[in-house]
Amino acid sequence: MSKRSIASRLALALTLTAAAFSVQAGNEQYFPLQSYRVGPYAAGGTGFFGGFIDYLKYVNANGGVNGVKLTWSECETEYVVEKGVECYERLKKGLNGAPAAATNPLSVGIAYATLDRSTNDKLPLITINHGRTDSTDGSVFPYVFPLQLNPYSEVSAIINYIGQRAGGLDKLKGLKIVTLYHGSPYGKETNEVLQTLADKYGFALTLLEVPHPGNEQQSQWLNIRREKPDWVILRGWGVMNPVALKTAQKVGFPADHIIGNIWSNSEDDAAPAGAAAKGFIAITTHPSGTDFPVLQGIKKDVVDAGHGDLADPKRFGTVYYNLGVVNGILNVEAVRIAQQKFGQQPLTGEQVRWGFENLRLDDARLKELGALGLVQPLQLSCSDHEGGGAVRFQQWDGTQWKLISDWVQADRALLRPIIEASSHQYAREKGITPRDCSKES
Amino acid sequence: MFYREAGQFNTRYAEGRRVFTLRQDRHGLAALLAVAFVVVPWVGNDYWLSAILIPFLVLSLAGLGLNLLTGYAGQLSLGSAAFMAVGAFATYNLEVRVSGLPLLISIALGGLAAALVSALFGLPSLRIKGFYLLVSTLAAQFFVGWALTRFGWFSNDSASGVISAPRLDIFGVNLDAPAGRYLLTLTVVVALFWLGKNLVRSELGRQWMAVRDMDTAAAVIGIPLAKTKLLAFALSGFYLGVAGALWAFAYLGTVEPHGFDLNRSFQILFIIIIGGLGSLLGNFLGAAFIVLFPILLSNLVSLLPSGLIDAGQVENLQKMFFGALIILFLIKEPEGLARLWQRFRERARLWPLRY
Repeated sequence: MSKRSIASRLALALTLTAAAFSVQAGNEQYFPLQSYRVGPYAAGGTGFFGGFIDYLKYVNANGGVNGVKLTWSECETEYVVEKGVECYERLKKGLNGAPAAATNPLSVGIAYATLDRSTNDKLPLITINHGRTDSTDGSVFPYVFPLQLNPYSEVSAIINYIGQRAGGLDKLKGLKIVTLYHGSPYGKETNEVLQTLADKYGFALTLLEVPHPGNEQQSQWLNIRREKPDWVILRGWGVMNPVALKTAQKVGFPADHIIGNIWSNSEDDAAPAGAAAKGFIAITTHPSGTDFPVLQGIKKDVVDAGHGDLADPKRFGTVYYNLGVVNGILNVEAVRIAQQKFGQQPLTGEQVRWGFENLRLDDARLKELGALGLVQPLQLSCSDHEGGGAVRFQQWDGTQWKLISDWVQADRALLRPIIEASSHQYAREKGITPRDCSKES
Repeated sequence: MFYREAGQFNTRYAEGRRVFTLRQDRHGLAALLAVAFVVVPWVGNDYWLSAILIPFLVLSLAGLGLNLLTGYAGQLSLGSAAFMAVGAFATYNLEVRVSGLPLLISIALGGLAAALVSALFGLPSLRIKGFYLLVSTLAAQFFVGWALTRFGWFSNDSASGVISAPRLDIFGVNLDAPAGRYLLTLTVVVALFWLGKNLVRSELGRQWMAVRDMDTAAAVIGIPLAKTKLLAFALSGFYLGVAGALWAFAYLGTVEPHGFDLNRSFQILFIIIIGGLGSLLGNFLGAAFIVLFPILLSNLVSLLPSGLIDAGQVENLQKMFFGALIILFLIKEPEGLARLWQRFRERARLWPLRY
């Protein structure tokens, strides 16, 4: 055989195999997953994406979304921004003809970097429980959704709870509150609004930064011991959390006066600190635990059938896993709502965006989904991409989280003007004309 | 047989001093530039342009910046990412605070700011050499990182400290599309590489190489050490500053100070070590290896049937494979990929003969 014929046969063989791989799926909706399973935040990533994937498998096992099956593929980002961007560009086109519905990077840095791209590519960017706070204003950020809770609501709810514990918001006057925050955009996001709340309610606020990753916090906690605050708000992430609790015990600050925020609230944050974490309070938008019908369904249809995504089955029902399940519920419900308008077929990102903007979850619907008590009632709209803004408080008893409060709402009326000022400044900087929400359907 | 200079005669002195004396080389470069400028933006899709070619070009430029300092002038430095950060934030502040400043001028002025900061942190090089200088440039890395987070003025007092790139407009043409950003990056990189080639072939470049090889002897024959070393830091800082501005504006569209942390400095250092110290092509080869190879591995792995290997393990296996490749390359050719290319070229010159 001559070289030319070998080359041409090889080319033919490769084309045929490539054609075989790119089978047209036809009736599938695709979720690109910019997941992180290695690196310093692997515990959060494996839990969250494990829960998300298990919920997608559960939906598929029960007929998909009106017959449309869900498909996904993972791309490792290691929580690094440029890997997240590369994964976004690689996966945004869809998989085997199935169009992408939304991206869920679970990373503030990656969200910031893919914000403009998502808007240009008309693909919703979901930043559940975190994100760029001013993206709550959907008139400027049509494709970004900080579902359930944005950072301003988070700290406002914490301050409201502290007020509750003190006997009323007027009792906040004269209290001393220290905020220990992670040295990153996520950590710094709420400093201004905390200062606003301090000015409004009259408590003394001290902001202390812990440089990333937070392995060493001796000097910050010695500062705290000197200040003798009434409460410490811990806005940590990853390894910073257990180190904070252990250092607090060393300097003698009581753990039950430390309130962790939404990213300091998991078993992986409290358990490594051992006895130092007993009494630690944290907020949560969803309880941990397994006695919800949807989780029982996942256990029956996915985990017991051997398809569970978690490497360690004991993590079923932990905070990050349940967050992944909640995220799955919200994403799939948005697809379902969008299908009511656009037809029971695979939808484009633009259509799924409409679904997110009209996401409505009341108690009746939550009961149907089997998530009553797991997800808070949500109502999104063009101008409100957060939809919820309420949290519950839980306390670590040494082995698990126990809920110690009912839903505490953030002061959204106070926060809205600040959010709008920030989003309009962004619109001016970028030359965007905000949408007129009163005209949108 | 094909790569010989037989039949090519230089009739003028200028022809003999050209960078590429072989006609094949000149034609090859012209063809490559034509493909890069004309064919790639036409044919390339978003993924190739935005996620592969732009970071490759920007990190090649950053590699050249460090190569001028370390490969040609012999001053070890771990502050590269800090100077990139200075360039990025300076360009951002100029764009936001000075209205009507053209984008290219802002990038150049951002590079100039980085050059000044770099020259400042290069002052210890007048007294210390080698590894000890490495430590003092490390101080630059940490100081700049701290200063950019501590003082909110640098990020226009945004709540989170993340700067978001404004629109890219040059002469009224909007370049926000991937093809536009790619062409902007390619133009700047080609121009600065052309400038760099002329720099290292000039008297200043020869002075740098003299200082690198033996600075006492260089001082003895009359080369002004202080001026040479500080110019090396300044010009290296300029290149790194422009690379930083392109990283923020043309690639990510946003930047936080953590994007220019110590890992980035190490990455640039590895680019020039693997690519080849003291060469221009080595920057491209090193950047291709360090930036593109992991992406290639990850894409190849995603072709495997999913579920074959646990997703977390796949990433770790990739890293191990990548590390093994680095070791292999450095054993085979300690002077870097550029030297490998040079050996290949020498063989090609003689082909089909062996020697």
